[in-house]
Parts: sequence; C-alpha cells; structure tokens
Amino acid sequence: MAKTILAVDDSASIRAMVSFTLKGAGYVVVEAVDGQDALDKAKSNNDVHLILTDLNMPRMDGLTLIKSLRSLPRYRTAPILMLTTESSDVMKAQGRAAGATGWMVKPFDPKRLLEVIKKVLG
Amino acid sequence: MTQFYQVFFEEAAELLAEMETRLLGLDLNAPSIEDLNAIFRTAHSIKGGAGTFGFSDMTDLTHVLESLLDRLRKGELAVRSEMIDIFLSAGDILKDQLAGHRGDGKADPAAAAAACVELKRLAAGDAPAITPAAPAAAPAPAPMAAQPAVEPAVSTDKIYRIEFPGEGISVQVMGNLLTNLGQMGALQNLSQPAEKDAAQQCVLKLATDASEEDIWEVLAFMVDVSNLNIAVEAPASEAQPENAASEDAGYGFFQGAPSAPAATPVAAPTDEAAAKSPGRRLSDDPNVEVTRSGRRPDDKLVVSAASETSSIRVSIEKVDQLINLVGELVITQAMLAQTASQVDPVIYEKLLDGMSTLERNTRDMQESVMSIRMMPISFVFSRYPRVVRDLAAKLNKQVELKTVGESTELDRGLIEKIADPLTHLVRNSLDHGIELPEKRVAAGKPAKGTITLQASHQGGNIVIEVIDDGGGLNRDKILAKAKERGLPVKEDISDSDVWLLIFEAGFSTADVVTDVSGRGVGMDVVKRNIQGMGGQVEIDSALGVGTRISVRLPLTLAILDGLSVSVGNEMFILPLGYIIESLQPAEEDVKTVSGRGRVVQVRGEYLPVVALHEIFNLRPKVTEVHQGIVVILESEGRKTALFVDALVGQHQVVIKSLESNYRRVQGISGATIMGDGRVALIIDAAGMIAAAQNKSAQTV
Amino acid sequence: MATTGAAESADIAVGHMANEFLTFRLGKEEYGIEILKVQEIRGYDAVTHIANAPEFIKGVVNLRGIIVPIVDMRIKFQLEKADYDQFTVVIILNVTGRVVGIVVDAVSDVINLGAEQMRPAPEFGATINAEYIMGLGTVGERMLILMDIEKLMSSSDMGLIEQIAH
Repeated sequence: MAKTILAVDDSASIRAMVSFTLKGAGYVVVEAVDGQDALDKAKSNNDVHLILTDLNMPRMDGLTLIKSLRSLPRYRTAPILMLTTESSDVMKAQGRAAGATGWMVKPFDPKRLLEVIKKVLG
Repeated sequence: MTQFYQVFFEEAAELLAEMETRLLGLDLNAPSIEDLNAIFRTAHSIKGGAGTFGFSDMTDLTHVLESLLDRLRKGELAVRSEMIDIFLSAGDILKDQLAGHRGDGKADPAAAAAACVELKRLAAGDAPAITPAAPAAAPAPAPMAAQPAVEPAVSTDKIYRIEFPGEGISVQVMGNLLTNLGQMGALQNLSQPAEKDAAQQCVLKLATDASEEDIWEVLAFMVDVSNLNIAVEAPASEAQPENAASEDAGYGFFQGAPSAPAATPVAAPTDEAAAKSPGRRLSDDPNVEVTRSGRRPDDKLVVSAASETSSIRVSIEKVDQLINLVGELVITQAMLAQTASQVDPVIYEKLLDGMSTLERNTRDMQESVMSIRMMPISFVFSRYPRVVRDLAAKLNKQVELKTVGESTELDRGLIEKIADPLTHLVRNSLDHGIELPEKRVAAGKPAKGTITLQASHQGGNIVIEVIDDGGGLNRDKILAKAKERGLPVKEDISDSDVWLLIFEAGFSTADVVTDVSGRGVGMDVVKRNIQGMGGQVEIDSALGVGTRISVRLPLTLAILDGLSVSVGNEMFILPLGYIIESLQPAEEDVKTVSGRGRVVQVRGEYLPVVALHEIFNLRPKVTEVHQGIVVILESEGRKTALFVDALVGQHQVVIKSLESNYRRVQGISGATIMGDGRVALIIDAAGMIAAAQNKSAQTV
Repeated sequence: MATTGAAESADIAVGHMANEFLTFRLGKEEYGIEILKVQEIRGYDAVTHIANAPEFIKGVVNLRGIIVPIVDMRIKFQLEKADYDQFTVVIILNVTGRVVGIVVDAVSDVINLGAEQMRPAPEFGATINAEYIMGLGTVGERMLILMDIEKLMSSSDMGLIEQIAH
C-alpha cells in the first residue's frame, strides 16, 4: 500500500514541488501550510508514515511541531525529517533535541529527496 | 520543474509585498519581535523558493538580507532607520529580479551587489564589510573580497577548513597567502577578530578541487607548519559528527533518533570534542558516496499548488472562462424567458414558475462567480505607505497616511487599472495639498499632515476617496490660471466646476513646478483613465482646510450598464456612464452652421451633432435629427450629441472582446451578446467624442 | 523534472500533419486545408456588420459566447457569385490561437493524402497567391490546392489581426 507523507512548508512553491515529486514516486501526500495545520492533520490522519517539515513557519514552527508530534503516542517513533536552508550545528542540535529523525538542506533536487525518503521508509 | 515557476513567482511577489508592508509598519523605537520574525520569514521563504528553482541572484540577496534580519530578530543588533531603507531597496531589487525571471524586464546586478555589500556592512554592526584575517593583516587583500561565500554548491569541490596561528604573519605575507589560496577556489575567511583570544587563530574555508597536499604546499612556506591544520569539511556544515549520512548529500540522520536508518556506515568520530579539537583530519569518507535512486517522478502527474488550505489558487483564465460561461447562461436564460413570455400562463404555469426560479438562480450564480474576481482594495492601498514615505522625505514634509475600508472589494481588472491614477492623486495631494511643516504650524495646524485613503461601496459602485488636510484649492488662483490658459470660464462658475478645471490638460497651480506631480501632465490623464474604466471623479475642497477627491467606479469591468440604440438594422450599446440625457430635439433647435455641420441647442448650449450612421456608413431609418433621438454624451468636460434612429432599452451587458479573434475597430470598444443571441457592438464613447471635437476644431 | 509533454505532442502533431485535409470548393477550384486547423462547420447565420471593414469581412457572429469574425472567401477571391442561403457553409478555423469563420461555396469531404499524392506548389496559376499554397494534391482525377490557411489568415492581406506598424 502506498505510504502517506505529511509535507509541511509555508511556501506553496516548495510544497508543490515536494508533493509533485513524492506523488510521482507513488507516495500519498498530505500538505500542511504550517506547524499548526500539520499537527491538526497528523492527528486526524491515521495513515501518516513520515513527516517532512520546514522549520521556519508562521503560527507554529517546525521544532515545536516535532516536539508536539513526539508527545503523541502515534508519532513517538515515526520518522520526522526537517527541511532547512541552513545546516548549522545549532539547528541540528535543536532538531535532534526536539526529536527529529534527520535533516535535509533546501534547496534539494527531487532525486535527493526521494533517495532520503526511501532510506527512511525503505 | 518549470511548472512550479508560476507558483513561485506569485508566492514571491506576495512575500515581497508582505515584507514591504511589515517594514513600513515597523516602529523603530519599539520594533515588535513578531514583526521582525515575520519579516525574517518572508526573506527566508523567498530564499528557500529561489534556491529550489535555481534563481541564484535572488538566493544571494535574500541570504544576506536574511542574515541581517536574523541578527535583528535575535536582538543582537538594534533596528535603525537606514536599515529599513536598505531593506526596502533590497525588496525593490528582488522585485526586479523576480520580474527578470518572469521574462519581464531585467534586474541590475550592480544594484544587487551594492545592496549585498550594504547589508553585510550593517549585519557586521558598523564594522567594515570585510573583516581582516588577523589583526596584523588589515586591510584584507582584494582577491579575497571578491570571493563569494562558500555555498553548499553541487560541485566536485571539496571544502577544506584551514587553521593556523596568525601571530607573526605580516600584512604582506597574509595578502599573498590569501591571494594564492583564492586562486585555488572559493575562499572564505572565518576568522573572528572580534574575539580577542581567537584573533590569533586564522580560520579559512576553501572550496577547491585541489588536494590537501596542494594546500599544504601553498601554506608551508608562509605559516608555522607545526600548527597548521587542514581538514576536509562537508558543504555548509561544520563537520557534524553525529550525522550518520553523507554530508555532501545535504542531509543527515541523527543516530539513535526515532526511525533513523540504522545501518549507514560512517567513518566519522562520535564525540563532539574530537571534532572541535584542531588538528584532527577527517579523511574523505569513501562510504558517503550516495546510492542514486532509480525512481523518478511520473511526468504526467499534475498537482495542485496549494491544496487542503482554506483558499485555493486558481488561474485567472479559469475564472474568466467561468465568467464567460455564466454570461452565456444569462443570455440563454434571457432567450428562454423571452420565448416563455409568449406562452399561455394558465396552461404553462409550472414552466413559468420554473423560468422565474431559473432567472433567480442564474442571477445569483452570476453574482457569485463575479465575486471570484473581486479583490480587496488593500492590494492597491498597500503600495501607498511606501509612496508617501519616499515622497514626503523628498519634499521635507511630514505626512501620516491613513487607510479606511481596505477590505472593500472590486474587480481584479479594475484593481490593476486604478492603481496608477490613484498613485497620481496621492502624490498630487502630498505635493500640492499638504503644506510644509512650518507653514502648517503657522496656520495653527499640526506639523504633520494627514492623507486618508478611503474606500466604500455605494450602490453598485465603489467610491475611493483621497482626502488631505492641506491647503485646499484656491478658487482665484485656478480661475486666473484658467483665463491665462484661455479656457472659457464665467465669473459666476460654481466652486465644484472650478475644482474640475484642475483636470484640464496642461493645468497646474503649484507655485513651483516640481518633478513630483507637477508639469501639469497627469491630472487630465487621471480623469481620462478613470472615465475609461466607466468611472467619475469629483472634487470637494475648502481653502486652508483640505481637499477631497472622490473616484466613483463600477464594481466590475466585465459587465456594463448600457443603453441600446438602433440605427437602420443594427443595434449598438452606449455605456451609460457617458450619457447625460437623451431627447428628441425640436426642429428649430437643430441648426446647420456653415462649415461646422449640425449643432443642436440643449439648455442654452450648442452641441455638435454626430450622426452614428455617418460614422459607421449605415443606412438609417431617419435622416432628420428632429425625427430621431439625440443622446448627449459627455467626456472630459466636452459634450456631443449622438444622433441615432431610436432608443431600444437599458441593459446590463456582458462585455466581450472583439480583439481576441479580430482586431481593434475604430469607434468600438467591445461587443456583447443580446438576448436573441446576436452580437451588438459597444460604442467607444470617449473616442467618439474626441473624434467629433477634433473634427469640429479642424473645420472652424 | 520539467515535463515536456506539450513539446512532445507538438512533435507528434508535426509527424501526422499534412495528411488529413478538409476539402472545399471556391468557384471552379477545389481546395484542401489541414483538418487540424478546422474547429467545426456551420451554416451561415445573420452577422453583425462591422463599420468600415473590407467587404469580404462580413461581420461577427456569436459562437457559444465568443465573438468570431466571418470572412467570405468568395468575395476575397473575387468570385462571380456570393449568395447566402440555407446551403451556405461556414468553416470555423482555429489558427494561431484565433477563431475565424470562412464562407466557401461547398464543403466536400475529408481525405487522406500520402506523400506520393502531394507535389510542391507551382509558381503560378491559382486564384490565391502562391505564397499561401503549401502544395498540390491529387486524388484520382481531382486536383486539390493545399492552402496554408494559417499563413493566409494571419497575413496583412486579410486584415484580421492588428499588424505591428514598422
């Protein structure tokens, strides 16, 4: 069965691209426009296998989203990847502390995105 | 990826607009963290998108922009007014760059480079833009300044982190050293002269395809080799040991984190202290070669840009198509209604009931569909804080801009068209209306003037007002000017008519002609543009108190209130906005003036008569003016009597373009489809009046 | 990852192009135009005249909500007769993104032409300018003049499109 990925980014163009890439590879994609939206969707959708989130977003940022998801039993061990434009030590430390599975630098090319997702989802 | 460009263009334009609005709204004395965060986020988002789509010029500029904004939001630097200026101009440059990528103009790379330098200078907190490698090495040599920052580039280059003590190295040697390294690849100086202890240590980052040995050789003769450390780094990251995947790939997993892939072989050290200790060489890991996935996105898949949100992005073509279809439906409904009106209402009661429901539903549907094209006027208003800010500074005036009714909606087509005339009115108010602070104080007014932009719905119209509390219009001055210009004005002319004189061509009452709004070019164009949209302008003014200019516009461009008239077998639509009245003149009121054609006397005025059948070469049913109808049209203060066979009725018509499949036709502004399915042409009233005036002027 | 679907289908179109033609009569001559340029065929409806337009531009009609100009090819090519009755046929074309109707004497059929049935246009001869002739086609005894309808319709000759002043 196709796996569902929750793609979270406040940028419509990035969302469109991520979604296009993932759907093309056969994944089901649920889009969310910010952390709050993502949290709501993660709670209401029982099929989410992986969360791909931007960090800097209005309403709720990515780190808060990751922490909130980890506090939910259903997402305690789910893979959560953070998308970031900076791969600084601080960001990584924060991501790790929040409970992220890994990180990925934006901009990325579609192939790389699929490759990473594949590594996580197998 | 090009299919997402459009999404990015729209998104970036919105983000830039938001950035500007937030910047202008920022209180320098107490900037809110929320605003700073939001401004940072706009730059950040643009950078992310620009990077994804390969618009590197935008990425570069937003990168430095973001860096400075980041320091501001973290409170590391205080916001200063010069920063707002540079942010605004950076925003302008980004707009140009965006337009360039859209294939609509060209950005100036020099301006972008200058903005980058300025932003970097501000981000450094007043320090010189290029910080020297070591205290002794100032100023930094030029080749280094020219090197771009090392980006996580997709290249075969390795990134080396080079560390050595800066002590005892002369400026000369340091310069040579940096020049030599700079020739090998992209060099970045990471030395932190601000920190006293670290100042002795030079830290460089070099992206090059040269080997470690090559670098070693360059440096061996210049620096203390025993303390020289060269390490291979991952792009854009400080050799993070806990990342259990290829750093080159631009991603990584946290070991032990939930769901992290377990069996990724890594040859990286696991304790952070080891990474930090200088001298440790990280070998280029052979295991990090990424296995390429063979899976590729399905090209045929189409995706909606922004799904599952409270609003959706729809192309304007789709909306227009919908509007067209509803227009068709309205016409079909009208045709059915016409037919149905001829049946026996007793026998066909149910049919007629159905017809009236259909009519109601069609109207409702038309209204809802039209509302899709409606946009709040805030899209226009939002540009004026910037206009006012820039212009007030230029004129040494103090002005506050207030906006009221920003959520008032009007047609998207009108939004685009009203912006320029409105900008002119706002500039005019600021330039000619608002007085200089000292003059205002002397007149007992606050030094700071106020310009209010106000929008509201009134009936089927939107009224947009530009109100200033400036000096007001001076009746005597305008009248004097009018006489000087040779305009025919009576002494007892009413105030409101006097004010309208400022819309005459070549009229400007400013004592000094400024380069802002004033060579007398413009106000006449403003009025013409507004009339072209089917709108009207009114002025209300009191000397010393202020001026109010009201622009009244129809809510939409797609529908026109028109009067249908017939000439011979043809029917034409006259836009109601230009019509003053229509009448059947008495025979004695129609006169032929030698060489000037016919005139008709209407309320004491002699108006030139334009026969529609003559203009369009038609065979009319009536040839004598007093047997037909004259419709009095007015545009730009000039009246013309249009002679037609008969009036048919008043309609709301859906405007169709004649030019999409044909060409522009003299005297015709568009077409529409009547209830019987036939095409009727819409008369270009303004053009016709102008042509008539020119003709009568020529033959005088 | 950009899709090149549009470009590909255009290539395919080129490959298939110039095979199927709609044939019609104008006076004594029989013409063929690429079927891909034809949107539909209709009867002649009452038109709304356009003032000061050339005589061969009959006017405009409402074609399901769009305003379509109607050109009478018989007048354009100065044929002797140009009557309008219930048999008068209008071919609605879609060329260069524009919809235009042309009035012809009669529409015959749609035919397939193999490469061997097509010959280059002669330098002289037909009622229409050689510039607008793609070639000649033969089907048994019939000789078809293959008209480059797109080129003709967008020419300044027709005056259908605003020409950019030089």
